[in-house]
Amino acid sequence: MKILVPLKRVPDPDTKIRLKADGSGIDADGVKFSINPFDAIALEEALQQRDQIGAVEILVVSIGPADCQEQLRAGMAMGADRALLVRHDAELDSLAIAKILEAIYRREQPDLVLMGKQAIDDDSNQAGQMLAALLGIGQATFISKLGLGGGENPSKATCCRETDAGLETIEVTLPAILTADLRLNEPRYVTALGIMKAKKKPLEETTAGELGVDPAPRTRVLKLAAAPGRKAGVRVKTVDELIQKLRDEARVI
Amino acid sequence: MNSPNPQNVLVIAEHDEGQLKLTTLAAVACAKQICADTGGSFDILILGESIGPVAEALQDYGAADLLVGDHAALKHPLADKYAQVIAEQAKARGATMLLATASTFSKDILPRVAALLDAGMLGDVTAVAPEGDDFTFHRVMYAGNVIATVTLAGPVKVFTVRAAAFSAPEKAGAGSPIVSVEVGPESLPHQMEFVSREERPAGRPDSTEARIVVSGGRAFKNAEDFEKLVGGLADVLGGAVGSSRALVDSGITPNSLQIGQTGKVVAPELYLGLGISGAIQHLAGIKDAKIVAAVNQDPEAPIFEVADYGLVGDVYQVVPELIQKLKKA
Repeated sequence: MKILVPLKRVPDPDTKIRLKADGSGIDADGVKFSINPFDAIALEEALQQRDQIGAVEILVVSIGPADCQEQLRAGMAMGADRALLVRHDAELDSLAIAKILEAIYRREQPDLVLMGKQAIDDDSNQAGQMLAALLGIGQATFISKLGLGGGENPSKATCCRETDAGLETIEVTLPAILTADLRLNEPRYVTALGIMKAKKKPLEETTAGELGVDPAPRTRVLKLAAAPGRKAGVRVKTVDELIQKLRDEARVI
Repeated sequence: MNSPNPQNVLVIAEHDEGQLKLTTLAAVACAKQICADTGGSFDILILGESIGPVAEALQDYGAADLLVGDHAALKHPLADKYAQVIAEQAKARGATMLLATASTFSKDILPRVAALLDAGMLGDVTAVAPEGDDFTFHRVMYAGNVIATVTLAGPVKVFTVRAAAFSAPEKAGAGSPIVSVEVGPESLPHQMEFVSREERPAGRPDSTEARIVVSGGRAFKNAEDFEKLVGGLADVLGGAVGSSRALVDSGITPNSLQIGQTGKVVAPELYLGLGISGAIQHLAGIKDAKIVAAVNQDPEAPIFEVADYGLVGDVYQVVPELIQKLKKA
């Protein structure tokens, strides 16, 4: 079995985002970057499936500038077998990413693509669904539990999905695109031994052009601005005072 | 001065087993605004099984047509089937814009539709405005901390809107005609199958639709306490229940209650945070609340920096007192 796991390089979730003064982007100076947390969960799931099933090859892919090698090495340090970097220095959108992943999918023919449900920088939550549509295969988004093959249905994945209405279980025919939600697992820490091993694992480089994809984005970000924040109000001392404020001042109860 | 061509907008309605999700009205409001700006018109597409009541609830908002695809094959909103039907309808109607209100339903299905139409897509849009002969969109990024101004190229624009950003539209009077959408089940993909859905606790509103949301965090030690105190206070106020990620992670509350960057985004008149510290990922989900009130034992908790009213105290003492005094009133 082969599992493809895309990894996006994003500002670390604990980083406070600062914008460039002209609003053209975020100020990356001194910002620590890491694997998008949802992608790390997707990779962890691939690793756990390998622990259970045995013969599984795990390929991690990143799309972006040369710096993405850091996240690919980190992914291989977690346990992925090999890595592919699609070098691209300009802006991309979800549809362009999906088209690049589609080309990689057709070359690699994985049985499963496991990816994060959204990246925590642009919060788009689209690439997996778009990839599934381009390939004409099934999808299970926002999954919190995955049961693969086995039993009567070796060609199906049973997925528990987190929806607004609660947990939903669906069965999806493989190959399929699955996107990971928070509760799927807790990604392992990288060990020193893992880092040593990762240095010897293959990291291939290619470009969208070599893959035959036109990655021109449909969406264009003109400007970024800080969202207006809420301000601290008043402290009340007692429950009675809180009720009085909510009732008479805010008039919300 | 140039202006955009009249738009042909298609709104995708969301419902819960035949009951309209009121958040759909935000997308309808956005469509109305675009049509008012450009002189176009909008249709509403409703898919499912036994969805007559949904069509009825949407009949008086000024849609040119209500497109109703009522078929057993569409009983559950499976992305492969829904996306194909929606994309076919978008093509058949010559839609230039396709939108829904942001939710797990629309985020699952609309990107798939966009890719089928080779269209770009924007999620969580908070404003749409004509600019020259095109449009600019505002959308939130980075856990709600950044607002991006974005354009979307191509003949079809697909997007989801934040419910809080568009107020429910006025009813427009005359009923929109219902147009039945032919659904050929043999032509639909069948790579995905519905198995089951967990039963939801009845009787409380959904936090994305409620006027009041009572939300609990790490201070609650177990599910019984949470239900008694957070649930109890929500019931006294007629509100919905929410929770922080910490409580979901520790198994005290179910996933569907989580509010925040990766959970639900709520915009009630009153958000009451109990024992919630206020991590930025959680605050991303409550930015649009009209009033935020917070109770926390730690006077330094970040939630106090965004709360209109803050009370330093132990939820195990404060909440029973709140319940008792509000019950009396």
